[in-house]
Amino acid sequence: MLRLESVSYRYAGARRPSLRDVSLELADGEVVGLVGASEAGKTTLCLVASGLAPRIVGGTLRGRVLLDGEDVSDAPMHALAARVGIGFQNPATQLSGVAGTVFEEVAFGPMNLGVARDELLDRTWSALDALRVASLADRDPQRLSGGQQQLVAMAGLLAMRPQHLVLDEPTAQLDPAGTGLVSDAVARLAAGGASILIAEHKTDLLAAVATRVVAIDDGAIALDGPAEQVLAAPQLRRLGVAEPGGHRLARLAQEAGIGADRLRKLREALA
Amino acid sequence: MSVPEITVEGLVHVYPRGEVRALDGVDLRIGPGERVALVGQNGSGKTTLVRHLNGLLRPTAGRVQIGGDDASRLTVAALARSVGLVFQDPDRQIFAGSVRAEVEFGPRNLGHRGAELRAAVDGALATVGLADSGDANPYDLGASRRKLLALASVLAMRTPVLVLDEPTTGQDLAGVAIVRGVVEAAEAEGRTVIAISHDMAFVAETFERVVVMRAGRIVLDGPPASVFAEESWQALRSTYLEPPLAAVAGARLGLGSTPTDEALIAALG
Repeated sequence: MLRLESVSYRYAGARRPSLRDVSLELADGEVVGLVGASEAGKTTLCLVASGLAPRIVGGTLRGRVLLDGEDVSDAPMHALAARVGIGFQNPATQLSGVAGTVFEEVAFGPMNLGVARDELLDRTWSALDALRVASLADRDPQRLSGGQQQLVAMAGLLAMRPQHLVLDEPTAQLDPAGTGLVSDAVARLAAGGASILIAEHKTDLLAAVATRVVAIDDGAIALDGPAEQVLAAPQLRRLGVAEPGGHRLARLAQEAGIGADRLRKLREALA
Repeated sequence: MSVPEITVEGLVHVYPRGEVRALDGVDLRIGPGERVALVGQNGSGKTTLVRHLNGLLRPTAGRVQIGGDDASRLTVAALARSVGLVFQDPDRQIFAGSVRAEVEFGPRNLGHRGAELRAAVDGALATVGLADSGDANPYDLGASRRKLLALASVLAMRTPVLVLDEPTTGQDLAGVAIVRGVVEAAEAEGRTVIAISHDMAFVAETFERVVVMRAGRIVLDGPPASVFAEESWQALRSTYLEPPLAAVAGARLGLGSTPTDEALIAALG
């Protein structure tokens, strides 16, 4: 369980807070999608939930962050890093920079958690397989395409088997197939009991993988509810968030005055 | 502005120490003023291909011509005048201490000064919605605005060819609309736009031609209505791409090829 209680956060030197009184709880096994316009506070919320803000980023945090009921607001970063996985927006930031091969890159996280050798090998190969990057195992992670790096970064997180995971646009550079693999990996970790927060512009992905969706606007929570409800909310577009493709088509057809019979057929074709 | 034709013949690229042919014989001709989307799975060679267009990469074999000149013989400075490339990752592009200085760098290097320089920079910043952020440090902007800044810094150079590597990733509704506006404005001015994208709905709505790559080769090339038509789905799916939802719904309803929401609704009504 990951919980934020009345969290407000201000970057050093910023005039205005980037998060305002945000309360959010993710149960074990729950996948919560985070949506909002650019600069609404999605990345900041990811940084706070993972503990990187304020510890590494600086700034001022008010409110409490709890993991499995324990207040970790003052816990050091190394203690948190073992319990919360974070996937950055930019895979180039995510990669350790010390691994010479993709295999070592993916093994790096669990190795640092002290996972025993046999299990380490097992976890690494199974994560490489799950993200379909096993064929890249001997390649230099710095010399992969952006999308391949993003898959390798996700494999590294999968191999760590975190109980709490925060993902900031994990599929930004991925093709639809890669996006599907990340979605499967997220579902697998959630089935294992992990609580997962995932910031995404791709609402189609959230419709597939999230149980709940939270929309933030100017640092505060604007919508919070079951995924199908929030993703169908008419306010979503006003918050700068694209609707899932099927919703958009149905809405445009309705606005264009397409008759009820044809609209029903369209909905069936989209289902 | 004279807009050059781009011709790519038998282009092969193998990265140093590379085991794979990132490009494995690409032939492509892009006429002046065309709007071309380049799609394909991750690692299919899209980025490698566009990096040849402004001389960031040199062919292992084959050749690239810009306006009839062999790109390998042109200096990077000469190529920069005709082909503006916006990177996928803005952090590999941005280096200046302020938004304004970042956008000024390109046109200044092309020799623009004074009012002309100011107009180029103001115009580019306004286009991407950063007119009020000129004094900001680029790294105080969020990732999506940094990406728009990288776009502005290339727009300010007013190159006849504009190449965008995944311009809509990480953008919200407003950001995607800005990118679409940039493409449409370039079209109106007769400039060539080449964009890499994984967003098939955006591609179908914004581009007149779609080039599909797989494993360093071109496997489909045509207007959205043909590339996203049911006959092409097998080829598309062989490179792990899905046609836009509107195309799928249109085919299910027996309405023919409807690559965009607009086309589908027109066919429905």
